[in-house]
Amino acid sequence: MLLSNVEQIPGKTILEHYGVVSGSTVRAKNVGRDFAASLKNIVGGELKGYTQLLSESRAQAVERMKTQAAELGANAIVNVRFSTSSITQGASEIFAYGTAVKVED
Amino acid sequence: MTAELFQLLLPWLLILLAMLTGTLLEKAHFKRIHRREREFEGLPTLSTKQTPTDREVSSSALVMGDVVVSIDYFKRFLANLRNIFGGEVRSYGSLVDRGRREAVLRMKEQCPDADLIVNVRIETSSVSQGGKKQLGSVEVLAYGTAIRFATEPALENS
Repeated sequence: MLLSNVEQIPGKTILEHYGVVSGSTVRAKNVGRDFAASLKNIVGGELKGYTQLLSESRAQAVERMKTQAAELGANAIVNVRFSTSSITQGASEIFAYGTAVKVED
Repeated sequence: MTAELFQLLLPWLLILLAMLTGTLLEKAHFKRIHRREREFEGLPTLSTKQTPTDREVSSSALVMGDVVVSIDYFKRFLANLRNIFGGEVRSYGSLVDRGRREAVLRMKEQCPDADLIVNVRIETSSVSQGGKKQLGSVEVLAYGTAIRFATEPALENS
């Protein structure tokens, strides 16, 4: 599955469009990470636990989007966009969407 | 008596600790950022969708990098003071600067052999938005499409 965030897969011709596909996941932080983050918060810097949490969730959202595209018979997703929103305190939603297409091999 | 004194002094001690270690850590981080930025000078990023050359593309991939950074206790204290008088909050400026540059570097590190990254988008969001205990931290995501050109440059008509 080829992904890109421009309107085409560079260097390839799009043969067919299948419409918008998306994947999302809602993740909560855990108490351990919150505690570590609040300590790290005193001196500042990267909160590694949160970084890891968000990249794992993003990978999962992308995976779900890819599954949906594969079910439609697509072999690429163009114009991929990401969005993050916090639903309640301590939980954030990661959303990925794009257009499923078929490109030449 | 000593316990009360300790309680009174604790926030100030934390601020002092944060000022010293936070400043040191930030300096070290900026140093690392500068060094890695020099390493990746050969990999340009564009925010346009078109590739600026006619060279043949051999492969492309979606790449991304993200980071969550937090401000230190001392700078948060400064920012709160700044809230009273208004004006530019420099301490938060350096926080988002750190985050954005780090995220872009992580994106580049995903594709060290690419020739170009097009359509780079940088998105900033707050992790604990609206929370009672504001963490003063931001999440930055940078993503784009990495492009690798075919090894032979396109032949010109002679």
